[in-house]
Amino acid sequence: MKPIWLLPAAFLVLSACEREKREFRPPQVSEETDEKVALSSLSAGSSPPTQETSGKGKKFEENAYHISEGQRLYTWFNCNGCHANGGGDSGPPLMDESWIYGGSIENIVQTIREGRPNGMPSFRGRIPDEQIWQIAAYVRSMGRYTPKAASPARKDDMHPGPAEQRRPPAEMNQGGTVPPSAQMPQ
Amino acid sequence: MRARQALLLPTVIALSGCSGWQSALDTHGPHADSLARLFWIFLAILGTVWIVTILMLLLALRQRRAPVDDPLMTRPGTERRMTIVVSSAVALTVLTVMSLTIVSYGAQRVLFAGKDGPLTLLVTGEQFWWKVQYEDASPARTFTTANEIHIPVGEKVLIKLEASDVIHSFWVPSLNGKLDAIPGRQNQIEIQADRPGIYRGQCAEFCGWQHAHMGLLIVVEPREDFERWRNGQIGAAHIPDDPEEQKGMEVFMTRPCIMCHQIRGTSAGGKVAPDLTHVGSRRYIGAGILPTTRGNIAAWIVDPQGIKPGVHMPLVPLAPEEIQPLATYLESLK
Repeated sequence: MKPIWLLPAAFLVLSACEREKREFRPPQVSEETDEKVALSSLSAGSSPPTQETSGKGKKFEENAYHISEGQRLYTWFNCNGCHANGGGDSGPPLMDESWIYGGSIENIVQTIREGRPNGMPSFRGRIPDEQIWQIAAYVRSMGRYTPKAASPARKDDMHPGPAEQRRPPAEMNQGGTVPPSAQMPQ
Repeated sequence: MRARQALLLPTVIALSGCSGWQSALDTHGPHADSLARLFWIFLAILGTVWIVTILMLLLALRQRRAPVDDPLMTRPGTERRMTIVVSSAVALTVLTVMSLTIVSYGAQRVLFAGKDGPLTLLVTGEQFWWKVQYEDASPARTFTTANEIHIPVGEKVLIKLEASDVIHSFWVPSLNGKLDAIPGRQNQIEIQADRPGIYRGQCAEFCGWQHAHMGLLIVVEPREDFERWRNGQIGAAHIPDDPEEQKGMEVFMTRPCIMCHQIRGTSAGGKVAPDLTHVGSRRYIGAGILPTTRGNIAAWIVDPQGIKPGVHMPLVPLAPEEIQPLATYLESLK
């Protein structure tokens, strides 16, 4: 018997080698997407706040290339100047489960675009929109809100803890917690 | 006939690689000379060894020994002859290896002789371009440029090699051998060019998607031309008075360009991408991918990922009427 069945088997094995597509080239004419996000889980009345997102975020937070590009841009644009390696410094930490202005990727994109009170600058018009999505995807990977296979592995630099890929996956936290400006003075 | 034609083509292609502005056999400096000499010595000795070995093999295959009655019987004459042949072959092998080692050692002494060039450059490998910093005792005379190195003819130039992201390798075949640029450490290489001219260099360590398009240019010129070039590069960028260029400058300063690029003398101070203070004076843009013309600059801004997929320059959405002034402004930065 000729091992003819080996041929399709080899083909099947090799076809598994392509993990994902790297999208280098965003659409030439791309408009900033309109993300209607709630900054807090509180709303007037009995129903939770309405949210309407473009669905673009999934493409970014499940793609290893976009997340690793975000990791590079995170230091290029000096996010670590305030947020350190995600543990927070003069800016709030990004790797825990508490999100002042919401923890979904659309919320984070909105935060980077618009800036937030008490120190977070607005980067709209400074960082191209595709790259804002990449940075937001990386921020999501810090607390492991992203799939294990897409999260960054060990960096070549000195690393303060286990790589994003090796952190335990986090629970999704819709909406935000009470912002500092709304808290009772202590 | 067919076979000869088939052989001819690869030979012609291989030989055509021996000259031109990026060839280890078309040497223009003492270091490359000594490397090329080493190459030819190795080629001659090892080629001879190969030919002799093949001839002996063919001889042995052709000559059949007459059958003997008793295989255990030895003849003293034959035995002595075989001993002489084998021991002289062993002695020749040892001699060849030793002489090649000594010749290599001699060449290394030339390559790593002095480390005291009057001109010192800090070259940093980046994905996928070269950052070049000219050092000087006076801080006011240091400056940063990218992808194009000018050096005076006939002088030793010390190049300190660093890398910011992954391992790269600095290789200008006409002037010296390769040396790796490794993140976290500094390697040093010396180059010297004996004739004015333009020599091309290339990253020689796979560093990512655009490794093949990570070129650099070494422009070798007489001392006075070099001084004129250096004084021009030290100065800040020119402030445009032409309205089109002024509009281009305004576009540059209000768009994401300034997050990464620096233009000295303006408010743009990004340090992670090539310094554009005198980008119009460089012969190529994008680490040797396109000649510097206004059209190519515009094409590069409009579609960097189409020209060099995977490059760190992002696609920045600009209005069509902003691109022409921006390219005009950048081209004017001589």
